[in-house]
Amino acid sequence: MNAKLKKKLTPYGYLLPTIILMMILLVIPIVMVIDYSLYDNVIANKNPVFVGLSNYAAVLKDSAFWTAVGHTLFFVIVSIAAHMIIGMVFALILNTRYLSTRTKGIFRAIYALPWMFTASVIAITWRMLLDPNGVLNYFILLFHLSPEKVTFLASRDIALQSVTLINIWSGYPFYMISILAGLQGISPDLYEAAALDGADAVHSFTGVTIPQLRPILISLIMLDFVWTLQQFALIWMTTGGGPVNATETVSTWIYKQGFTKFQYSMASTGAVILLIVCTIIGIFYVRHQKAEE
Amino acid sequence: MTSWMKKCLVVAASAAMTVGMTAIASADDVTLEFQQWWGVELPDGALQEIVDGFTQESGVAIELLSNPYADTKTQVAAGAATGTMADVVGLDGSWVYDFAKQEAIANLSELMEADGYDDSQLSDQIKYEGSTYMIPVVNFAYPLYVNLDILEEAGVEEIPTTWTEFMDACAKISENTDYAAYCIPLNTEAPNGIQNQFSSWLWASGGSLLKDGKPGLTDNELLANLVDYFKEMKENGYLSDGVEAMHEQDMVNEFENGRLAFMVDGISHLTTIKKESPDLNFTYAPMPKADDYDGKSGLDVACWGIGIAENCEHKEEAMAFIEYMMSPEVNAKLSQLANAFPGNSTAEPDYSENDELFLKAFEIFQDGYAINEFTGAPTAEDLMRSMNEQLILYFDGDTASVDDMLAATQEAWEAAYN
Repeated sequence: MNAKLKKKLTPYGYLLPTIILMMILLVIPIVMVIDYSLYDNVIANKNPVFVGLSNYAAVLKDSAFWTAVGHTLFFVIVSIAAHMIIGMVFALILNTRYLSTRTKGIFRAIYALPWMFTASVIAITWRMLLDPNGVLNYFILLFHLSPEKVTFLASRDIALQSVTLINIWSGYPFYMISILAGLQGISPDLYEAAALDGADAVHSFTGVTIPQLRPILISLIMLDFVWTLQQFALIWMTTGGGPVNATETVSTWIYKQGFTKFQYSMASTGAVILLIVCTIIGIFYVRHQKAEE
Repeated sequence: MTSWMKKCLVVAASAAMTVGMTAIASADDVTLEFQQWWGVELPDGALQEIVDGFTQESGVAIELLSNPYADTKTQVAAGAATGTMADVVGLDGSWVYDFAKQEAIANLSELMEADGYDDSQLSDQIKYEGSTYMIPVVNFAYPLYVNLDILEEAGVEEIPTTWTEFMDACAKISENTDYAAYCIPLNTEAPNGIQNQFSSWLWASGGSLLKDGKPGLTDNELLANLVDYFKEMKENGYLSDGVEAMHEQDMVNEFENGRLAFMVDGISHLTTIKKESPDLNFTYAPMPKADDYDGKSGLDVACWGIGIAENCEHKEEAMAFIEYMMSPEVNAKLSQLANAFPGNSTAEPDYSENDELFLKAFEIFQDGYAINEFTGAPTAEDLMRSMNEQLILYFDGDTASVDDMLAATQEAWEAAYN
C-alpha cells in the first residue's frame, strides 16, 4: 500500500468503529422500519405483500390516529410551556443574590429531584397520589375543594390533563438546570448598564435576560419537543392511553398496533410518520446550532 | 522447516483443537433459556430447585429468565417479532393464537409425536389450526373473594348466590359502610378485567361470548342483562372509585386494605393476601348466578402455559424439559407450591399443607367446570380492550343502549376473527 493511499484511508479507519455502531444501532433499524411500512403486514405474516404507500393512506384516514395526534399536540405544547415557565421561575429563584449559597444548594437539590426518578417510579408515585383514596383526594375532601372524590386518571374529562401534569413535574428540572447555567453566564455588566439606563426588574428581564438566554431556550424547546413527542412509558404506566382513548398519544397508538393488534406494518407506518416530524425538528435544531456558531 | 511453515502449523493445530472442543461442548453443554413470570410468583428459589432436577436428570442446563408478567409478555412479543425468543417460554393462553400464527412458537403436536409422548395425561392443550402450541402446566381458578367483616358491618347475613341477592348486598354495603362493594379494573393498559371480573359472571351462569366459535355478543340476552347489571352497579356507586384507571393489582390492594367487600381474583394471590393482611377476615364463594339459572357454573381459569420457540435450536431437549415439567411428580409439586391445580390429570398434589381456603377454592373448582373463552382467541387482549372501551362508553352514557354497545363490540371482534 503506498503511503499516499494509507494517509487517505487512516481517518476512515478511526471512524470505522463509530460508523459500524451507527449502522447497526441506527441506520439498519430505521431502514427496516421504513421497509416494513411498505408491506401489508410483516412478522405476523410470513409472506408479506408490497403495498407501497397504502399503509400511510390508511393511517392518515384513521380517526383514532388523529385523535392520538390531537392528544399528543396538547400533551407536548402544554408540557413545553409549563416546563419553560416553571424551569425559568425556579432558575431565577436559584440565581438570586438574596439567598445564601447553602440555601440555594438545598433548593437546587430539591427542585432537581423529579429528574432523578425513572418513569416507572414517577408513574407509581403519581398513581398513588392521584388515587381516589390517595393523599391529594384526602386534602381535597378535607378542605371541601370538591363535594366528591376526584378521579384524576379515571375520568375521560381530566385524564389527559392529569397525565400532562405528571409529565410537567418530571420534566421541568432539565429546563431549570439549563436556564440556571445560562443565567450564571450572563455578564453582570449588562444588568448594570440596563440599570444605568433606568431599566426596572421587568425591563432587565425582557431586555437582557431573555435575549441572552435565547439560544439556550430555543435548543431546550426543540429537544423537549422531540422527547415529549416520544413519551410512552409515563402514559402507558399510568393510564395505558385510556379511559377509552382519552390519553391516547401517537406513541401508545403505535405500541397497541404492534404489540396487541400485531399489525407491525401499521405500527411501523406510525413510527415513520413520527420519525419524519422528529427529523424536521432535528434539522431546525442543527441549523439553529450552526447559526449560533 | 521454515519459520513461516512452523507458524502455519501452529495456527492449523490451534484451529483444529478449537473446532474439536466446540464440537464436544455442543454435545454436552446444552443450555436452554426458560423465560417466564412464574419464578417471581413462586416462593424464592422454588422454580430453580425444580429445574435443577431436570439438569441432574438430563445434563441439560436451564437458565431461568424470570420477570413479572407484564415484562415477560413484552419480551416474549419482542422475541417473537425478531426471532430471538428464549428456547422455552411461559405462555398465557391469550397469546397463543397470535404467536402460533406468526410461526414464532413451535408445533408441539409434531414434537410430542416424534418423541412418542402420551398426551392423554394432559388435562388440556391449546391448539391453533388443529395442532397444539401450548400446554397448560398449572391452572388457577378465579372464585369470588368475600370480606366477611364488611358483610357483617353492612348487615348482610348470607353470602349472595344470585344476581339479585348480590345487588341487595351491594345496596346494604353502600348504605351502611364506607366501603366499595365490587371492583372491575378497567385500565386500558391491561384490560383483563373484562375476562376475569366481568365475563366470569357470564360463564358462571352458563353464558358464552361466542357462538359456533365466532363472536356472539349480539342477540345474547344474558350478556345484555349482565352489561346492564354492571351499569346499575356503576350508577349506584357500588363499584370502587376510579375503576377506569385501575389495574388488577390495585383491586387486590383495595381488598387487602379492607376497602372492598367482593372481588373476583385468582387463587394465586391467596398467599400474598394472607401474608400482607394477616388479620383480613375473608373467604371464597362460588360466583353468583343469574336468578333463573340452576345449571353448573363455569369457573374462570387462567393458566401458566408452556411452549417452545420456533427459533430454538434444541427442540428435542426443550420437549424433554416440557415432559419433565408435566411429569406427575413435578407437576404435583409445582401445583402445590403455586396454589394451583395440575395440568397433568394424573398428578396428585399434596395440598395438606396448603391453606384451608385453598381447599375451599378446590371444592368450588370441582363443583363447576373450567372455562376461559379468551384462551386461544385471536388478539385476545385487543378483544378485551375493545369491550373495555365500549363498556366505559356505555357507563358514561355515550352509547345509547346496551344493544348498540354490544353491536359496536361485535363489529370490532369480527374484524379480529376474520
